[in-house]
Amino acid sequence: MLIRVNLNGELREADVWPGASLLFALREDFGLRGSKNACEQGECGSCSVWLDGDLVCACLVLASQAHEREVRTVESLSGTGEEGLHPVQEAFLEAGAVQCGFCTPGLVVAVADLLDHDPSPSEAAVREALSGNLCRCTGYQKIMDAVSVAAERKRGSDW
Amino acid sequence: MEVLLPRGLEEALEWKAAHPEAVPIAGGTDLMVDLNFDRSRPELIIDVCRLPELNTWRREDGNLFLGAGLTYTRALHELPEMRALAQASRSVGSPQIRNRGTIGGNLGTASPAGDAVPVLVAHDGEVVLGAAGDRTRSMTWNDFFLGPKRNAMAPDELILGARWRVARGPQSFSKVGTRNAMVIAVANLCLVMDDVSRTVRVALGSVGPTVLRAPEAEAFAAEALSRAGAWDDPSAPLPPSDLDGFAERVSGAATPIDDVRGTAGYRLHACRVLAGRALSWALTERVAEAQLA
Repeated sequence: MLIRVNLNGELREADVWPGASLLFALREDFGLRGSKNACEQGECGSCSVWLDGDLVCACLVLASQAHEREVRTVESLSGTGEEGLHPVQEAFLEAGAVQCGFCTPGLVVAVADLLDHDPSPSEAAVREALSGNLCRCTGYQKIMDAVSVAAERKRGSDW
Repeated sequence: MEVLLPRGLEEALEWKAAHPEAVPIAGGTDLMVDLNFDRSRPELIIDVCRLPELNTWRREDGNLFLGAGLTYTRALHELPEMRALAQASRSVGSPQIRNRGTIGGNLGTASPAGDAVPVLVAHDGEVVLGAAGDRTRSMTWNDFFLGPKRNAMAPDELILGARWRVARGPQSFSKVGTRNAMVIAVANLCLVMDDVSRTVRVALGSVGPTVLRAPEAEAFAAEALSRAGAWDDPSAPLPPSDLDGFAERVSGAATPIDDVRGTAGYRLHACRVLAGRALSWALTERVAEAQLA
């Protein structure tokens, strides 16, 4: 079926299999491979995107449910800072919060979402906000460090 | 396969009447997993997540009505004073899951481990169903849930929401699982103490084919509070043997099985622990409120 999505600010159309997930459509039909496909059951958060501004797992949204809605992916974040990186992405680099990198796009989206809602999150709030994102390299401490760096930078700027 | 995208409730109900085989999808947290893993291939799916009439809640003359499309995130943020509901909502999945999962989806899926269900059941609530032609009916929770993942909806109906009488008194939802987030309950429990009717109601999840009540334990607790004079004087303590007696009777109401998440024996123990804690929290809360007043 034909779906029309406002995707990262651009109106895009794709002819999708009606049973396809939004994640499949993003990767295979729209060519945006930043959102990763891992668990396909909402457990790992690697496919985190925004649907009408809400943080969701793209694997649990039917592609057709995104018809005539707004979807923002990790690709929308780059291009805002120096060297084309979003401040959250820069913080991940600086803190060394990337090992194999597979979980990183989902975590970057989840952290950006958290800091949009709460610019000074407590450690407990960070852990809660990231509870749906798994890192199987278990690099969580560095990820926590990256959130601190990003939060500090966000408080001192207007991104 | 085909997906219907109705814009409003009336259209959705008309399509459901014309295509009773259409499988409703709301937040997709259950159905999408089945689709992704090729476990289910419905011919027709009907998307109910963009029906404005269902994405709502309201108070109706002492009752609370929760629209089927209300997400856990909204329940948590917009209804913090409904403590058991807020606690149950907070215990669901992760932020991503709570942003999509809905109360109506939890009822429709009818999993014995659903986290919103014990809250409905402990409030003695009802499920509101709609069909084309302005036909609406309410069904008690007891009539609605038939067994694991089975409910009593007619094929031409959609879930409109849940309704229950708002109780005055302490309440809580608690849950046992392997971690603090992203967990399906090994056992969960909702306790509602109603100061007006002087009753205690307790619902147990994931320890039977459907969410269960523990009527014997409820009567025991209400009598124990009477005996101690605690309904009139919240500071009047209950003897520890009554707390234990309550916990034992709650556990006695459970009919768990061994499965991947836990053994029946562990679940019976979990029910005892959850019940004892829930009753002592409620008693402590009454003392604290009395002191404030």
